[in-house]
Amino acid sequence: MSGSVLYDVPGPRAQARNRLLGVITILIVIAFFGWVVWRFYDTGQFTAQKWQLFGYSTVWRRILDGVIATLSAFVVAAAGSLVLGFVLAIGRLSEHAWVRVPIGWITEILRAIPVLVFMMLLYYGLPVVGVKMEPYWAVVIALVAYNGSVLAEVIRAGVESLPRGQSEAGYAIGLRKSGVMRLILLPQAIRSMMPVIVSQLVVTLKDTALGFIITYQELLYVIKFLGSSATYGSPLIPAALIGGSIYVAMCLALSYLAYRLEQRTKRRQQANAVDPMHHPVAATTDTELIGLQHMTDGSTGNEGGGFPRLPRRDGH
Amino acid sequence: MGVITDNLDLWGEAIGGTLVLFFGGGLIALVLGLIVGGMRVSPIPIARAVGTVYVNWIRNTPLTLVMFFFAFCLPIMLAERMSAILLATVALGVYTATYVAETIRSGINTVPVGQAEAARAIGLTFGQVMTLVVLPQASRSVIPPMMSVFIALLKNTTVAAGFSVLNLGSVRSWLAEPPRSENQLVVLLWVMVIFVVLVLLLAWLQRVMEQKWRIAR
Repeated sequence: MSGSVLYDVPGPRAQARNRLLGVITILIVIAFFGWVVWRFYDTGQFTAQKWQLFGYSTVWRRILDGVIATLSAFVVAAAGSLVLGFVLAIGRLSEHAWVRVPIGWITEILRAIPVLVFMMLLYYGLPVVGVKMEPYWAVVIALVAYNGSVLAEVIRAGVESLPRGQSEAGYAIGLRKSGVMRLILLPQAIRSMMPVIVSQLVVTLKDTALGFIITYQELLYVIKFLGSSATYGSPLIPAALIGGSIYVAMCLALSYLAYRLEQRTKRRQQANAVDPMHHPVAATTDTELIGLQHMTDGSTGNEGGGFPRLPRRDGH
Repeated sequence: MGVITDNLDLWGEAIGGTLVLFFGGGLIALVLGLIVGGMRVSPIPIARAVGTVYVNWIRNTPLTLVMFFFAFCLPIMLAERMSAILLATVALGVYTATYVAETIRSGINTVPVGQAEAARAIGLTFGQVMTLVVLPQASRSVIPPMMSVFIALLKNTTVAAGFSVLNLGSVRSWLAEPPRSENQLVVLLWVMVIFVVLVLLLAWLQRVMEQKWRIAR
């Protein structure tokens, strides 16, 4: 972050002031954590009784089951929402209004429904009309519906941000609509939108925790269960600390992947962004070769537009 | 329709609960988000680090878990009973503040470099650069994404349903006790309709504002 444009390189007075403010910030943070630790200590969160529960391997197996339940809901929901995202995106990009308009409405409505309400509808509402489902499927379907519609918008934005020449070139070489979409537009859109897609998957992972509210036995449910065992003095805070760290670790790992992808995309864009005025292209480009071919049958080779033609060389 | 007209007072309370969560959480999120967003662009390295850790940490924590901490752990820590809706509101605020902070930070990044450089060149201090030059311009490009943050906040208020707060997300469990459990579907469908209408309304407002505030750069 060095070299922000918002402020100058600090002089002696600014340095002293920044140091003072820095010390104050540290003091506030230390005071906050000190307060938290003091409250933990004061209410007996550090007693051996509260942590005893986490010395048993069966308890850890239970926690592992919770993690697996969370991850299995996440993996299925992520795959499903990617599929749904592509279907809705392609539908919304369709040239036929009878496809585009209804799919647009479905996408907007799915995005507007809170995930939890959708889960409740599937789990509590549908049994009224005779459709019973496991909480697992309620969680997965609701996550697919919501994240799929969000991903659809992301993919659509990616396709629409491509220059028009891309699809025009595709049609020009004789591809059909499906070919242009599949071979030209989608690969580029996915590549440029990859960081956004992965961060949406982080949202999916986070939202699996909503399953706790509709009694899906994922990690948070296990934490609550372990935290309420009265024989060990209801170790709710230790359980929440352990489970919370597992959640944050999983999400951070996925977020880090998104960050790395973003850095890579940025680097590639910088590498590609060559200013033709200051970095003259190599003497023989593809464009020029095509121009040269034209000239052999008498045309000037200047119709193509683009860069001004380089001086003509002999010997072709 | 009977489910609504027979229980008007309960629906009123539920909508009231959702509004308290939305506006209370939004206010906390705005104040906290402004502070954290300011810290993330400030010249003090430690403040930047604290802001970054806060944002990355909370953004990678499920809202349900944040609310779990506030609803179950905080009362234990303070050793006193606290009102559920207050705890849920603070949890929503703390969670949403990270999104507000990131929105403000990326808004500041949309202001052209030359603006801040020109402001510095005429001798303004960091505070003046921010309040007189950068923030007024950033606020225009911040408003549409900020609306998205608040739309997400509105939908997130339903999470409080899992922590015994009466709101639109939990109205089901109040109106559909076992003898009337066939009401569940209708109640939930109505809740869904209310949310779709509210969210589409906010999204429309967002589009109007976006068009009105669009800047030619």
